Amino acid sequence: MKRADFVEGLRGGFAVALASAPFGALFGALAAEQGMSLSELTFMSATVYAGASQMVGIELFGHNVQAWVIVLSILAVNFRHVLYSAAIARYIRHFTPLQKFFTFFLLVDPQFAETVKRGEAGQPVTFTWYLGFGIIIYIPWVLISLIGGMLGSFIGNPQTIGLDILLPAYFLAIVLGFRKRENFLPVALTSAVASVIAYHFVGSPWHVSLGAAAGIILAALMPLPAEEPDLEADALNTENHEV
Amino acid sequence: MEFDLHMALVILAAAAATFATRIGGYIMITKMKRIPPRMEAALNAVPAAVLTTLVAPAFFIGGWDSKLALAVALVIGLRSSHTWMLVTAWIIVMIWRHTIGL
Repeated sequence: MKRADFVEGLRGGFAVALASAPFGALFGALAAEQGMSLSELTFMSATVYAGASQMVGIELFGHNVQAWVIVLSILAVNFRHVLYSAAIARYIRHFTPLQKFFTFFLLVDPQFAETVKRGEAGQPVTFTWYLGFGIIIYIPWVLISLIGGMLGSFIGNPQTIGLDILLPAYFLAIVLGFRKRENFLPVALTSAVASVIAYHFVGSPWHVSLGAAAGIILAALMPLPAEEPDLEADALNTENHEV
Repeated sequence: MEFDLHMALVILAAAAATFATRIGGYIMITKMKRIPPRMEAALNAVPAAVLTTLVAPAFFIGGWDSKLALAVALVIGLRSSHTWMLVTAWIIVMIWRHTIGL
């Protein structure tokens, strides 16, 4: 039973590992180009383990930006993980503290999306499944960033071989996986518009947090799917889910 | 393979910041006994809201090659798998860049 869970996790995570491999290689190549040593960039992949923010990090390292600005930017890019850890709370309550440590360490975008999907489908979210799904992505990620760093000079301009389109296309695929949800369209459109505006007027990486906040606030303010339309009934609604 | 101590410390600080975001939401939400319905609606919107912000600027700021690739990927994604979205987007960008140019 436990072993079957682990194997199921490995199988699910394998597709993600394949899809993220180009980004691992790209990260390694760009990091080497920005002057990071192979041990430093491998160390970053192994400890930070967050693709988009690693990219932001090396970009800032290359410009000799102060340390606190780098850390704050990485915090801004990864701020969405606060929401991820809140959203998966209901599915991982039964994990031990040590298991939770690994759970949160491995909580990247696809790991979050799969955990929510699994939990909502009523399938058991076991730690063995979660770990299997996580390490089959984590281990290749660290190794491939090292390989990317070594092969960096061969990759050349990532635009020439079309690598730059893979990241947004990949995130688009994950977004579409949630399209059957309530309020999906208004939330996605609001976040899209808000993030583009924020990108122009505030700049990256804040457009991630600001755009996300706009969609989430809209979802919280939209009418709830309650039977009684009046607000008082909504406020007294006892069908809350316990955490 | 030099290993700069200052760089290592900045990386560790970045790792700590990342881990803090990954555990922060859990700590906050377990301090509350019940999730109010509006907060639940907000939590349910998290994946769509966050992931869209990683796509939309790439679409609007990217060139016509990226716009076309993402638009076609969107249509394919409504019928087919993730892998086909990635493969199609990549093929479109490659064809565009090697015929029309970067």
